[in-house]
Amino acid sequence: MSVDEKTVRRVARLARIKVANADLPRLADELNVILDFVEQLNEVNVENVEPLTSVVAVNMRLRADVVTDGHFPKAIMQNAAASEDDFFMVPKVVE
Amino acid sequence: MSLTALTISAARAKLQAREISAVELTEAYLSAIDNANILNAYVAHTPDQARAMAKVSDEKLAKGEGGALEGIPLGIKDLFATKGIHTQACSHILDGFKPEYESTVTQNLWNAGAVMLGKLNMDEFAMGSSNETSYYGGVTNPWRRNNSNKALVPGGSSGGSATAVSAHLCAAATATDTGGSIRQPAAFTGTVGIKPTYGRVSRWGVVAFASSLDQAGPITRDVRDAAIMLRAMASVDLKDTTSVDMPVPDYEKAIGKSLKGLRVGIPKEYRADGLAVEINAVWDRGAQWLKEQGAEIVEISLPHTKYALPAYYIVAPAEASSNLARYDGVRYGLRVAGDDLIDMFENTRAKGFGPEVQRRVLIGTYVLSAGYYDAYYVKAQKVRTLIKRDFDEAWAKCDVVLTPATPSAAFAPGEITDPVQMYLNDIFTVTVNMAGLPGIAVPAGLSAEGLPLGLQLIGKPFDEETLFQTAAAIEAAAGTFTAKNWWS
Repeated sequence: MSVDEKTVRRVARLARIKVANADLPRLADELNVILDFVEQLNEVNVENVEPLTSVVAVNMRLRADVVTDGHFPKAIMQNAAASEDDFFMVPKVVE
Repeated sequence: MSLTALTISAARAKLQAREISAVELTEAYLSAIDNANILNAYVAHTPDQARAMAKVSDEKLAKGEGGALEGIPLGIKDLFATKGIHTQACSHILDGFKPEYESTVTQNLWNAGAVMLGKLNMDEFAMGSSNETSYYGGVTNPWRRNNSNKALVPGGSSGGSATAVSAHLCAAATATDTGGSIRQPAAFTGTVGIKPTYGRVSRWGVVAFASSLDQAGPITRDVRDAAIMLRAMASVDLKDTTSVDMPVPDYEKAIGKSLKGLRVGIPKEYRADGLAVEINAVWDRGAQWLKEQGAEIVEISLPHTKYALPAYYIVAPAEASSNLARYDGVRYGLRVAGDDLIDMFENTRAKGFGPEVQRRVLIGTYVLSAGYYDAYYVKAQKVRTLIKRDFDEAWAKCDVVLTPATPSAAFAPGEITDPVQMYLNDIFTVTVNMAGLPGIAVPAGLSAEGLPLGLQLIGKPFDEETLFQTAAAIEAAAGTFTAKNWWS
């Protein structure tokens, strides 16, 4: 499988990274080099092999469904680029 | 002897005996750091905190109190959240970010009495093997080739950590390892680096790269210091659901234990075609040293070794593309204006992420996108099961595995420009992350050009003790290595 410029543009849009049209050919080439490299996996027979979900066999911990942390809006807003009354400010999304 | 030349264990003894004070030791490091700006190891200096922490340590030590690292000055990789202090994963997108919380690992270290000197340079979001992707510029390796003034990279992603430890700009450093980011820079700088078993050290408050692979560990001057540091960093943490509920042993006790009866596996698949003669030689010599100290050398087979790196370059970018989705210019870090909300996201991420990070986010987004998920991500996770199974079978024949740490010694900045060529640096280390196992890199000698070469030991899950025991035996035979100071 290899990617063309159209695919790179679509993937960049999905990843929310702006890519200039002039950069599309270079990015397509770079991604294809990596995709060619991972193509080696086609040699491996994975029939009846389960995907790895955990590297160590452990049972997930359970805890009571209660609030254990929180109630510090000031700390959460501290690093925001723009905020007002403890709300994050973003460009208008509804007309 | 300069105070900065002391290992943690040596400094600990002198601090407890009150032969030196924590303030004196800290001042010695602060001045060493000021004289080593050319190495670019630190991206943020915290001398005020360091002095205040050292003063508290001295008060405790005077009363005969204090923790396991009381008064020991450390450098912290920029990936660990430190409250109110520069934490940017060496990325432009986290500009100005000062977390309102402390990572579990650093909190454990401060609770043990350690002193923070500052934040260390690294590849952006820990993506790189040479520290060249950092927004703050590359780090210079304290080691240079014989009769050469040419700068070399310290490896990556924990390049700042490795350089700072090697150049005596901290007593030890925290680091993280997703595919080799502790062990490869340790090997390039003549230092010791251990990536513990996945789940041994809490990931809480560590900026995430690939969550199923990331694990923190120390870089230190010798094996004993690595044992001291890991014991202090490791804990059982309810804030990290993958933290495993097992007591943390006293790793120092494993050092000096006889190797009699220990079976050391040599994986034949690691003798890849084209493996440098010098690397082969250091590997053979390492096996010989262990044999002379009573270990039995056995050949083992890890047949899926060659598929670890391609599988890694699906799994790691896929997880990274999900983890890095949070950087959108809204809650923290850089914001670049746009015509609307999506335009702002796209502008922010285009400006904030460097080329290697963008490449990996794009690859990750592609392999997770509709129609490709099974062909790439699920397939890679199945290959991971096979890699893990190889090791499960090997443990029937051996107790620990010995391999080279890297395929070469340190290289020069700009020498490797092809991404896949750069990825090959992790060929010996990446299988360990894929299988969740512990691995340690220990210096084993110098190349003909005078550069450090390292060996790697791989252990069973949660058997870090055997790694310390065996690494200490290699260290006893090889000695330790210190770069000649040309930078101050």
